[in-house]
Amino acid sequence: MADNLLSIMTFLPLVGMVALLFIPRDNEAMLKGFALAVSLLTFLISLPLAFDNVFKTSGGMHYREFYEWIHVGEFFQMNYNVGVDGISLWLVMLTTFIMPIAILSTWNAVKKNIKGFMAMLLLLQTGMLGAFISLDLFLFYIFWELMLIPMYFLIGIWGGSNRIYAAVKFFIYTAVGSLLMLVGIIFVYYYAVQSGSPVSGFGVAEFYQLDIPYNAQFWLFLAFGFSFAIKVPIFPLHTWLPDAHTEAPTAGSVILAAVLLKMGTYGYVRFAMPLFPEALHTFIPFLAFLSVVGIIYGSLVAMMQEDVKKLVAYSSVAHLGFVMLGLFALNMQGMAGGMIQMINHGISTGALFLIVGFLYERRHTRQISEFGGLAVKMPVFATIFLIITFSSIGLPGTNGFVGEFLALMGAFESNLRWFAVFATTGVILAAVYMLWVYQRIMFGKVTNPANEDIKDLSAREIVIMLPLLLFVFWIGIYPNTFFDKMNPALEQLIDQMNNQVAVVEVVQPTVANVLENK
Amino acid sequence: MENLVQEAIQNVNLQAVMPSLILTVAGMALLLVAVFSPRGKTIHVAWLSIASLVVAGIVTIMGWNDTQFGFAGSVQLDNFAAFFSMICILAAGLTILMSDEYLKRENFPVGEYYPLILFTTAGAMWMVSGTDLITIFLGLEVLSVSLYVLAGFFRDQERCNESGLKYFFLGAFSTGFLLYGMALLYGVSGTTKIYDIGAYVQANPDVTMNIMFIAGGLLMLTGFFFKIAAVPFHMWTPDVYQGAPTPITAFMSAGPKAAAFAALIRVTFVCLEGMQDHLTTVFWVLAVLTMTVGNLIALSQKDLKRMLAYSSIAHAGYAMVGLVAWNEIGMSGVMFYMLVYTFMNMGAFAILILIGRRGEENLTLEGVSGLGYKQPLLGIAFCIFLFALMGLPPTAGFTGKFYIFAGAINAGFIWLAVLGVLNSAVSLYYYLRIMVHMYFKDPQEDFSWVKIYPATALSIVIAVAGVLYLGVVPGALMQFAKMAGF
Repeated sequence: MADNLLSIMTFLPLVGMVALLFIPRDNEAMLKGFALAVSLLTFLISLPLAFDNVFKTSGGMHYREFYEWIHVGEFFQMNYNVGVDGISLWLVMLTTFIMPIAILSTWNAVKKNIKGFMAMLLLLQTGMLGAFISLDLFLFYIFWELMLIPMYFLIGIWGGSNRIYAAVKFFIYTAVGSLLMLVGIIFVYYYAVQSGSPVSGFGVAEFYQLDIPYNAQFWLFLAFGFSFAIKVPIFPLHTWLPDAHTEAPTAGSVILAAVLLKMGTYGYVRFAMPLFPEALHTFIPFLAFLSVVGIIYGSLVAMMQEDVKKLVAYSSVAHLGFVMLGLFALNMQGMAGGMIQMINHGISTGALFLIVGFLYERRHTRQISEFGGLAVKMPVFATIFLIITFSSIGLPGTNGFVGEFLALMGAFESNLRWFAVFATTGVILAAVYMLWVYQRIMFGKVTNPANEDIKDLSAREIVIMLPLLLFVFWIGIYPNTFFDKMNPALEQLIDQMNNQVAVVEVVQPTVANVLENK
Repeated sequence: MENLVQEAIQNVNLQAVMPSLILTVAGMALLLVAVFSPRGKTIHVAWLSIASLVVAGIVTIMGWNDTQFGFAGSVQLDNFAAFFSMICILAAGLTILMSDEYLKRENFPVGEYYPLILFTTAGAMWMVSGTDLITIFLGLEVLSVSLYVLAGFFRDQERCNESGLKYFFLGAFSTGFLLYGMALLYGVSGTTKIYDIGAYVQANPDVTMNIMFIAGGLLMLTGFFFKIAAVPFHMWTPDVYQGAPTPITAFMSAGPKAAAFAALIRVTFVCLEGMQDHLTTVFWVLAVLTMTVGNLIALSQKDLKRMLAYSSIAHAGYAMVGLVAWNEIGMSGVMFYMLVYTFMNMGAFAILILIGRRGEENLTLEGVSGLGYKQPLLGIAFCIFLFALMGLPPTAGFTGKFYIFAGAINAGFIWLAVLGVLNSAVSLYYYLRIMVHMYFKDPQEDFSWVKIYPATALSIVIAVAGVLYLGVVPGALMQFAKMAGF
């Protein structure tokens, strides 16, 4: 079991999806129950990872599995090569953790074609888990693209009124980016083969050792970075996000925010940054600038939204700006802050989308002006919403504080100081738009008669929110549980990037000479 | 003269033409069977044709790794020929599977239809195994003449007549180019055997600057470009594809196209190797043009058959990227891609057969609105083919494109690969649009006329299995494609 833990965890949802197809269409309770059971079982299978102390001591890959997959002589070779380290560990856990919550949240919300909906969610889970554990670029690409298909249908079939536009836009945006990355992947592979360095299929571990000349790194970073930047999304490539989020059904938005956006940031940490460290240094000021623009722009736009779901969507753009800024600090605090902020964003924004979903299920509208004074009518909801609001703002004691504080501190200590100065205004802006929307929805008198007999959260809805609240405080109060297992891997990553740059700096003059001679 | 005849007789090696011989004999016998069958009853002819295809396929597979030379070196049944022969056999088999019920629906059950497909396949096999320009030409003619008839098969339907006639006129015209080119090459080198021409060019490198040689090579290639519908030689494709009976459209887009690619590859890589520098540019430009024009025009199509016709032009463009690479990976990539393309494109056409009404009405985007809900399995299968045509993993469309682009990038044509993937991005839109209509729009009709014909359904199942198998574990067949290179 432990030998194949990752594969079992990854493919269980896929097997579940196939089994689900044999359940009769009209047996809705069984369809939902089965999908929930599969996702819970997946979570249980993944639990040993979270409790494994090996991540505290070693930053390398664990739970490795390696099988030969496509071997075509000297043409190309791909392997089934998977593993987790401290970086992907918590993202994998976030995925398996958020999935049952997402499925539970759709209990009453989705009315049409439940079978297809559940099948798509399970397929999506396989895609996400596979992408996080892949150590072979080709395998990663397959899982990466696999996520597109279910998300496209989730938005397009079960989405809101403008769903077709949003679904097609989402699909084309993400696919264009990843297709360029494919060219980059193939190029790296043949570069490795032709330069005579040892390769093991498209394995990244071997690619990390490559010494790619700067001008190739430049283009490769552009190809990879563009693809990941669309997914993050970094301003100005973010325009698909508000559309997709607004139109997607609640479960789709939750997964999109909690996990899919992390694919982009994870892609930077795992692939774009360590593979092309020299080019990274060229692009950092540019990307950091865009991140800061994203933070401020996202916050300002969020402030002016009248649709609460759109507000949350734009706040995502801002939050991920902090993640990126922390990662680009390239020091321990910044990277750790960025990593933990990925998890935080998954929890807080996921929770916010659930909250929006609760409101929408009750009133079938998301216009902020339609609400007001709900705190009196829905006390439990008001409490939960407030906690999540604080977490999203980053109030000390909640998870958001730890992540944003570390990310900004890291940025201050690196040469991104001035970017950090401007980014910090984002924290204030977040307080403005979050507290303002909370005030407009929850406080005051009930002005809209439709809100008079609105019901408080049901037991199911409270059960959905409780685990999220638990982690809001856990990460907020004792984040070391998470950092302990993350740090060795991050240290290794930072060392590796610094070493590569040091080596390359010696080599660089010769590369430059060669180019000049040409 | 007598010596030549004697030599030819001694050099006959029936083994080298055995698969196509089986098909030819079976085709002629089945013509007779069809004549003596009661009117309107063709199902036995169809199954007998499939049986002969299976036999031919087995014979072809048994000859793997066992190159046979025949007819004084004008036929060479090597792995390359065997691989492409299998593609043609597969395409013909799928075509016949999806034909019988379709012919009955269109009220034109005529037995001659199947032997004609067998002759086309035999012609395609001569093309892929021909190592003499004359053999290739003969194969091309047998293939084309049968296809002219098949394209205009429903003689009482106007658009079908238009299709057949248009294909015939333009096809005959392009054959003229081909033959003229061959004649010029013969004039320069004094032989029609392509390996001898290759040797001649190697011995006299100056000949590549000879205007007659260059003109001959280019004219000959023009003939092949016409067959694979490369832009700007594609003008016939949309009308012919749209007008022809749907199974024949499916067949034309896979089998004969693969055969034309095979002949093109053999002729370029053997005879015209000396012109590599120039031809790479020609292929480069044509590949980009073909991909781009095919995809851009497909964007605005509302008729599904016509949309797939333009998409098949674009796919020929992707395959040509493998030719530009001019290395082993690219060449094997083209072979693998043609195999993949056979599965995914014929599968998509088979679905069009099922959802079309009599007289081929209703094959528009609006016509498939909500189809995914009324016919869930058909919808899923169609989606799989569309995702494959887009080139998304985990379908064969992705592995096929990967193989080809890997060849191009390995040879340093990075910008061509970038243009190729950008073209894929453009194509996403029109393939997605079909899915938008199938799933995101509410059903307008109840699709009560859709009957799942068993044989057609079988062809769809085979195609789905092929698309998924080649998408998830393509290693074995990629290896075969590698071995088939020369």
